[in-house]
Amino acid sequence: MSAPTSPTPPRILYCNCSYAQVVPKEVKAEVLRKLCDSGVAFEAVADLCDMSARKDPALQRIAESGCVKIAACYPRAVKWLFYAAQTPLPKEGVEVLNMREQTSEDVIRGLLAKPLDSAQCKETP
Amino acid sequence: MSKTHGANLRVVFYEGPGAVPLAAEERFGAISSLLDNGFEVTRPANGGTVSRADASPILLLGRFDGGTLPEVEGDTHVRDLSGMSADQVLGAAREAREKSGARKLEAWKPWFPVIDYDRCTNCMQCLTFCLFDVYGVDRQDKIQVQNQDNCKTDCPACSRVCPEVAILFPKYKKGPINGDVVRQEDVKREAMKVDISALLGGDLYASLRNRQSDARKRFSTERDESRALLERKRCLKELGKELDIPDEVLMSLPTVEDIQQRAERAKAKLAQRQARSQTVKDSKPAPTEREWGI
Repeated sequence: MSAPTSPTPPRILYCNCSYAQVVPKEVKAEVLRKLCDSGVAFEAVADLCDMSARKDPALQRIAESGCVKIAACYPRAVKWLFYAAQTPLPKEGVEVLNMREQTSEDVIRGLLAKPLDSAQCKETP
Repeated sequence: MSKTHGANLRVVFYEGPGAVPLAAEERFGAISSLLDNGFEVTRPANGGTVSRADASPILLLGRFDGGTLPEVEGDTHVRDLSGMSADQVLGAAREAREKSGARKLEAWKPWFPVIDYDRCTNCMQCLTFCLFDVYGVDRQDKIQVQNQDNCKTDCPACSRVCPEVAILFPKYKKGPINGDVVRQEDVKREAMKVDISALLGGDLYASLRNRQSDARKRFSTERDESRALLERKRCLKELGKELDIPDEVLMSLPTVEDIQQRAERAKAKLAQRQARSQTVKDSKPAPTEREWGI
């Protein structure tokens, strides 16, 4: 019998939606502030839409590095933005938190509280 | 690679062994400023994971013990943060971007359609409708967004003619175009719109062109330029209201001649593709179901 493994902490990705005012300013500022205060590791990008349009290679790196929690906008939009850049997100091990609809407290709770199922968090070779 | 495409500069805030951690407010100020100016930021921390390094250039920032910069390899730049304000951090990032040749940022709102392939039926209505060559097809004749830069900012018209509610504009104000969940009533509404479009002659642009042509005829008989112009404006206003198209987009619509030239080019492309696939068919036996992946 193999020893139980500790759950892999999911990576955290924060999208600042810098080029438009569609995500409430106070929500995104509060989420970023809490992330900065929390001491957790995270990655932040200026704007996923811009990266998708420009086929930024960072999207591939993000999509391929295993389990990830993404604070951005609607999950359907995030999924197809990655797909449009030819770097689809894995089908499992991805959780999108919607800063257009959820409160900053809910987003932060979702990002920091529960780990994703470790079985879903296998790193893509 | 153009300066508007490719890798961005990845700014890494190092606060591990050998460096003094930043105050929370200081960290927030610097990261906010970098994000607002288009940079990508990574903050590694003990026990957490971040994505691996790749070919993207890196700027490593930290308040290093004794101000001694760590040795780095490849396209990695290092700066000591001691005494730097958020503006100075931004300046350092800009400088590193220049040195590394990372992509520059544009003053644009990333406005372009994104296709939800779970819903798309490849009906090509969007491709037929869009007059700015935003859409195209891949080698398998699957619809795709090819020229994002051609899209007219704040114009969601193609998503409004999509019968399957399969086109998103993530920066649009309302759902489901912004990516919100598609509800049954949204699909019904779109179906109704398509029916109306069919009743009007199947193509809103065609009916618009007919009206323009009628207006032109009237102009040629009546020689009333201002009346024809008013008629055109009225037609465009109606269309704009129906599809939420901004005025400036309506005013930049291509001329009938442009549209005809575009149709000819599309026809020629299609003929070329058909000729190519015919050549392949002639020289190869038909693929089996297994080869087609059925």
